[in-house]
Amino acid sequence: MKKVVLALAAVAGLAATGAKAQGYPTRPITMIVPFAAGGPTDVVARIVTDNMSRTLGQQIVIENVAGAGGTTGITRAAQSQPDGYTIMMGHMGTHGAAPALYPNLKYDPTKDFAPIGLAAGTPIVIVAKKDFPANDLKGFLDYLSKNADKVNMAHAGVGSVSHSTGIFFNSVVKAKPTMVAYRGTGPALNDLMANTVDFMTDQIVNVAPQIQGGNIKAFAIATPERSPVLPNVPTTKEAGLQGYEVSAWNAVFAPKGTPADVVKKLSDALMKSLDDENTKKRLLELGGVIPSNAERTPEALQKLVESEVARWTPVLKAAGATAE
Amino acid sequence: MGDFFSNLSLGFGVALTLQNLGLAFLGCLVGTLIGVLPGVGPIATIAMLLPITFGLDPTGALIMLAGIYYGAQYGGSTTAILVNIPGEATSVVTALDGHQMARQGRAGVALGIAAIGSFFAGTVATLVIAALGAPLTKLALIFGPTEYFSLMVMGLVFAVVLARGSILKAIAMILVGVLLSTVGTDLETGEERMTFGLPFLADGIDFAVLAMGIFGIAEIMRNLDHTETRDVVRQAIGRLLPNRDDFKQSYKPVLRGTFIGAILGILPGNGAVLGPFASYTLEKKIAKDPRRFGRGAIEGVAGPESANNAGAQTSFIPLLTLGIPPNAVMALMVGAMTIHGIIPGPQVMTKNPTLFWGMIASMWVGNLMLLVINLPLVGMWVRLLKVPYRLLFPAILMFCCIGIYSINSLPTDVMFIAFFGLVGYMLIKFGFEPAPMLLGFVLGRLMEENLRRALIISRGSLETFIERPVSAGLLAVAAILLVIALLPSIRKGRDEVFTE
Repeated sequence: MKKVVLALAAVAGLAATGAKAQGYPTRPITMIVPFAAGGPTDVVARIVTDNMSRTLGQQIVIENVAGAGGTTGITRAAQSQPDGYTIMMGHMGTHGAAPALYPNLKYDPTKDFAPIGLAAGTPIVIVAKKDFPANDLKGFLDYLSKNADKVNMAHAGVGSVSHSTGIFFNSVVKAKPTMVAYRGTGPALNDLMANTVDFMTDQIVNVAPQIQGGNIKAFAIATPERSPVLPNVPTTKEAGLQGYEVSAWNAVFAPKGTPADVVKKLSDALMKSLDDENTKKRLLELGGVIPSNAERTPEALQKLVESEVARWTPVLKAAGATAE
Repeated sequence: MGDFFSNLSLGFGVALTLQNLGLAFLGCLVGTLIGVLPGVGPIATIAMLLPITFGLDPTGALIMLAGIYYGAQYGGSTTAILVNIPGEATSVVTALDGHQMARQGRAGVALGIAAIGSFFAGTVATLVIAALGAPLTKLALIFGPTEYFSLMVMGLVFAVVLARGSILKAIAMILVGVLLSTVGTDLETGEERMTFGLPFLADGIDFAVLAMGIFGIAEIMRNLDHTETRDVVRQAIGRLLPNRDDFKQSYKPVLRGTFIGAILGILPGNGAVLGPFASYTLEKKIAKDPRRFGRGAIEGVAGPESANNAGAQTSFIPLLTLGIPPNAVMALMVGAMTIHGIIPGPQVMTKNPTLFWGMIASMWVGNLMLLVINLPLVGMWVRLLKVPYRLLFPAILMFCCIGIYSINSLPTDVMFIAFFGLVGYMLIKFGFEPAPMLLGFVLGRLMEENLRRALIISRGSLETFIERPVSAGLLAVAAILLVIALLPSIRKGRDEVFTE
C-alpha cells in the first residue's frame, strides 16, 4: 500500500517541482537497490540511508528491483527523471563488470550517471572447504597448479560478484578449475561446507561467520590491509600473491542530468552518514571498509568506475564470460 | 535433557515478555492478513516493514518478522479454501480439496482443520528445532547436487500420481511445467534460453507469477463464465468447526504431513515448497478410496496444511544453526539479522542464546496466537462467501496485481499474470490439471541445475547417482513408486479400451 501512496505522491510531486532544485528534498526519495532485499548490497543501502534520511529531512525509501545481475534495476534507475528523487545503489558488478558481461547493456557506467559517492567496500576473501589439502595460500596455489583437472570452484551464478572475482582470480594465478554455478551464495556455501566443492572467492560478509565457526577455511583477503573481522587471515600480498586486490564496492549514483546542487546535497548527506558512529559500527561489523574522505567524493567515484570498467572488461572478455 | 529444558525456559523467558508478546501478535496478525490477500506475499511485506524494525531490539524485530512469515502460511490457506485462489504460492495444494469442501458447505470445517493441523505441525516443528536443530543441520549438508537430483526424480514421480484424471494429460502438464522452468538465463553458461530476446524473461518466470495467473486469474475467469456454481457456496455454509468424525479422518494425515513437511523444510534450495505436494500425494496413494481426492476430501486439506506449516518452521533450522538461508524469505531474515548487527552463522546459538532460544520459543507462542486469531475468524471468513461475486472479484483482481507488482516492482509481472490467467482458463476448459504443471515447474529448475552440477563435479560420470547411498535410495523409491502408479492405470486403460 505504501508504494501506491508513494507512487501517487510522486506523480503529484512531478507536476509541482519541475526542474528547479530549490528546497530539495521536499518529498521522499526512492533508492533503487538492484538486488533482492536482504542481500549484502541491500543491507549496506539500508544502513547508509538510515542516517542520510535524517540529514536530508526526508525518508529515503528502498525499492528492490532485482534481475539480470543488477542491470535491470540500474537500467530503470538510469532512465528515471534526473530530479534527485530517484537514486540508486550500484556496485562492482553493475558499474564495473556489467559492460563485459552484458553486450546489450542499456547504459554506460562511465557516462550515464551522476556519481554521488562511494558507500562501502566489501573485501573479497579466498575460501576453501575445511578438508582441503592445503593450509595456506602458497600450498593452495601449489595444489591448484598440480591438480588443475580435479579442483572445483563454486560461484553464485554468472554475473555475480563471486563469479567475476573468481574469473579474475583464475586469470591472475593462471589456473583453470572447473566452475560450478549455484543460484546465490547460500547454496554455494552450503556445498562448500559439505565438502562437495573445493573453493570460491566471495564477499567477506557472506563468508566471515563460516570462517569464524570453522566450517570453511580462509586463505587470504584481497585487500591492502587485514580486516578487523578476520584478524588472522593474511592479505593476498602478505601471502605472496601479487595483483589480486579486489573489493565488491557499493556506491550511490543518480541518473545523468541531476542538478549539481542536488548531487552536492546527497553527497554531503552520504559523507555525514559515513562519519556517523552508528553507521560506521554497523558497516564494520559486516566486514565493510569505510572509504576515506578522499575516496568519498563524486569525482573519486567517477574515476573508480572508469578504472573498474577498464580492469574488468579484458579479464571477463578473455575468459569468454557473458550473460547473454 | 536438562540443557533442553533450561534452554527452552530461557527462550520462553524472552518470548513471554510483554513487548515480545505484542510484537509476535502484531507479526502474526499482519502475516494472516497478507496471507489472505492473494499475491501480497511475506517477502514484500517483510522488506517493507524492515525499516520500521530499526528502532526495536534485534530479538523483538526478528520475532515480529518471523511471525509475518508463518502467519502468511496460515492465512494463505483461507483464500485457497474460500475462493480457490491460493493466497500464498504454497497453498496451491490446499485449494484442490479445500475449495471443494467449501462448495459442499464445509468451508468452516476446512478452515478449522487447516488451522488446527497447522497448529499441531507448528508445535511439533518447534520442538524438533529446539531438540534436534543442531544434529538436523547435517541433513542439509548431506544433500548435495547428486542427492537433490534424485529427490527431484522422486518428486516428479509423485507429480504423476498427483493428477486427478488422465495420466497422459498429467505427464504432458508436468513436461510443460519443466519446459517453462527452463526459460531464462542458463545458470552455468549465462546464455539466454527461450527468452525471444525479451529482457524481462532473462531471469525466468517467477513461481508466484505463474501460480497466481494459472490459479488465481484463471479461477476468476472461470467463475465469471458460469454463475450458478457460486450460489451453491453462498447458500450452504454448514458447521463452522470440525467434529469428531472429521478429527478421526484427519489426525493421521496431520501426523504424516507434519513429518514430511518437517524433513523437506530443512533441505537447502526451498525444499519446503515440496512438502504440501508430497503430503497430498501420499494421502491420495494410501487412501482407501482415492477418487474422493479433488472432490472435497478432508485428508487433502489436513495433510498438506500440516506439511506446509511444519516446513515453514523447520526451514529456520539452516538459518539459525548455519546462517545459510534455504529460501528467499529466510534470505531476507539474514538481511534483517545483519542490519540489526547479528551476522547469522554457526555462532549465533552460542553468542546470542537469548535471540536463538527466544526466537524458537516465540514460534510456538506465535502458532498458539495464530490459532486464537484464526478460529474465531472462521465464522467471519465464511460470511465473506455471501459477498456477491461481482463485488468480490474486482477486489481480488486488484490485490493480485498489487501483490505481484510488489514482489519485483516489474510491470511485466502484472501483464504476465493476465497472460497465464488466459492460459490457465484454456487449460481448465480442455480438462488439463494445472497443479502438476506447477509442480513440474518447481521441480524442473532444481532438477536441471542439480543434474548438471552433479555431472560437472563427477566429470560426467552417471555412476555418481548410484554410488552415493542416499541418492541410490531415493532413486529406488522413485522406481518402485512409478511401477505402483503406472500398473493400475495401464490396466484401467485397457479395460476402457475394451468397454468402448
